[in-house]
Amino acid sequence: MPVQQVPEHHHITSEQWDELAADPEFRALVRARRVFVVPMMLFVTVFYLALPIAAGFAPGIMSRPVLGSLTAAYLFALAQFPVGWLVLALYLRRSRGYDLTAARCRKHEMEEIRG
Amino acid sequence: MQTQQTLVMFGVFVGISLVVTYWASGLSTTSRGFYAANRKISGLQNGWAIAGDYMSAASFLGITGLTAFYGFDGFFYGVGAFVGFLVVLLLVAEPLRNTGKYTMADIISFRLRGRSVRATAAVSTLVVSLFYMIAQMVGGGAVVHLLLPQLGDSTAIVVVAVLMMTYVLFGGMLATTWVQIIKAVLLMSAAVLLGLLVLIHYHFSIPSLLQSATAVTKGGATVNLLKPGLLFVGSLGAWNLVSFALAQALGTAGLPHILIRFFTVSSAGAARRSVAWAMVLIGAFYVLVSLMGLGAAAIVGDDLIGTRLYTGQAITYIAHHADQAPQLNAMLTQFGYIVPKIDSNLTTPLLAAQLGGSLLAAFVAAVAFATILAVVAGLTIAASSAFAHDIWFNLVRRGAGDETENLWVARGTAIVVGVLSIVLSISLRGYNVAFLVGLIFAVAASANVPVILLSLGWRRFSGGGAIAGMLGGLTASIVLIAISPVGMGDRAIFPLTNPGILSIPIGFLCAMIGSLMLPDREAQAMYDQLQVRATTGLGAEV
Repeated sequence: MPVQQVPEHHHITSEQWDELAADPEFRALVRARRVFVVPMMLFVTVFYLALPIAAGFAPGIMSRPVLGSLTAAYLFALAQFPVGWLVLALYLRRSRGYDLTAARCRKHEMEEIRG
Repeated sequence: MQTQQTLVMFGVFVGISLVVTYWASGLSTTSRGFYAANRKISGLQNGWAIAGDYMSAASFLGITGLTAFYGFDGFFYGVGAFVGFLVVLLLVAEPLRNTGKYTMADIISFRLRGRSVRATAAVSTLVVSLFYMIAQMVGGGAVVHLLLPQLGDSTAIVVVAVLMMTYVLFGGMLATTWVQIIKAVLLMSAAVLLGLLVLIHYHFSIPSLLQSATAVTKGGATVNLLKPGLLFVGSLGAWNLVSFALAQALGTAGLPHILIRFFTVSSAGAARRSVAWAMVLIGAFYVLVSLMGLGAAAIVGDDLIGTRLYTGQAITYIAHHADQAPQLNAMLTQFGYIVPKIDSNLTTPLLAAQLGGSLLAAFVAAVAFATILAVVAGLTIAASSAFAHDIWFNLVRRGAGDETENLWVARGTAIVVGVLSIVLSISLRGYNVAFLVGLIFAVAASANVPVILLSLGWRRFSGGGAIAGMLGGLTASIVLIAISPVGMGDRAIFPLTNPGILSIPIGFLCAMIGSLMLPDREAQAMYDQLQVRATTGLGAEV
């Protein structure tokens, strides 16, 4: 979707920006994003940092073969890729909804600016 | 023979890239064209370009080699690099596209209006880009010299610098983008081909590949590459690994040459799709790197990875090194060559030679050369936009300079950057610059990332906080590296090889304390506008 909303965006006054920021639909969009992104970011951080912490501080456990000759550490490292792609897929699916709401907010605001 | 093949293939790449540059030159006559490729790059194209911008020779040759020699610990470099893009995806790419114009400093200056804020951000961009450039050039020169022994490393450095200046000077961001896309296609093809050949060697049985990786002969001993702890060793090994992991994953979101790629697409949605494609490509690449590394350790053998000396040279070498004569003679009888010095950077080309013959080895060497070029071109444009757009246009001319002058300053900067990197790289040639690569990610993660994240997400963040954060993170990471074992050897004051675990929190703390001590009401009031722009794309640069 091309960003072709307000070419004259310099003329949006700070009152108008504040008005938009208070728009319930916009606030809901910000909240929806936050509710998804914050837990995801926490999960990614924990899932990633668990690997160096476990491999560094518990090398004995992480050196055990768990799948054929694959060790727990190597399996965990390889798992970072499908898990990362899964987070990506979930985010891409969510963001379709965000794009629609964002477009509505923009349209709404443009109508207001034009009076 | 192989050298000629490599040079021909590299010549074809250079020829194509120059045609692209000629085509792009007509479209790079405005600031928007020169810095941001007219924002007409699609999400898919930008995804490939990010992959081409990000995956350096250090990934293709270095991480494969580290995996072949240190197994899990080497592969972890790739894991961290991949996970870094999740931070970019979830927190940075879209708001960046919606609030910035051409440079990293634009994003920070959006609501922090002080001139010194922009100046500090521009300096941080220049520092990170120049360090990265020197690491690429010195490392690249050494690699090219290894792959093409007839070509001196100074010659290689000059060739790389002249080509990168040509792309940027005449074709700006558009030419750079296409050079990166073509390079990424070549790099992925080489990785897929080599990964496939490794699998064919093991009759598509991954268990038997893994089985052979558990017992690799290295320096007379047998090691299991699937176990952790081969590279990050010693009593502080675990802390070194964790500190490195933090810097590696957070650093990506603070690399200016990656961030400015998001200004080349039309919208936040396209920025998101670029990260998605980049994550697919980069993830697949590092999985293939793991396959190549483990395969090389088993198929080529770690003890045989290095510069090989055949009959005549081998006999001369043995005559001069009588102390090692028994082992070397045994090696010569068994293999027909000797490897007096192990060099993990040669893992990928030697694997290619063994599995695909000299033609594939030549292709791999040409791809490595192309890889260095695409990365340094991205760094050059990041540095020239920081100088021309931030320092010249916004600070010296106070936003009132004209377009033509602006572009000449950008081109002039590209020349200065090129010449500077030739001089610095040639004078640093032969030094171990590996520490620079670690430093770059740590500096980016400590100086740039806290400020980018806080400016996008914390209402009370202020200009004073931004300056404190950038200078604090920059100083902490550089000083800690200088007094670490990397900088001081046995007399190190700071015991860890990577400063991330300390310098990243210092960066965040300085930024937060600075903001609380030097509050900025105007910046707080602007936060709502920033949020609206970042989230909806209203008023974003087109």
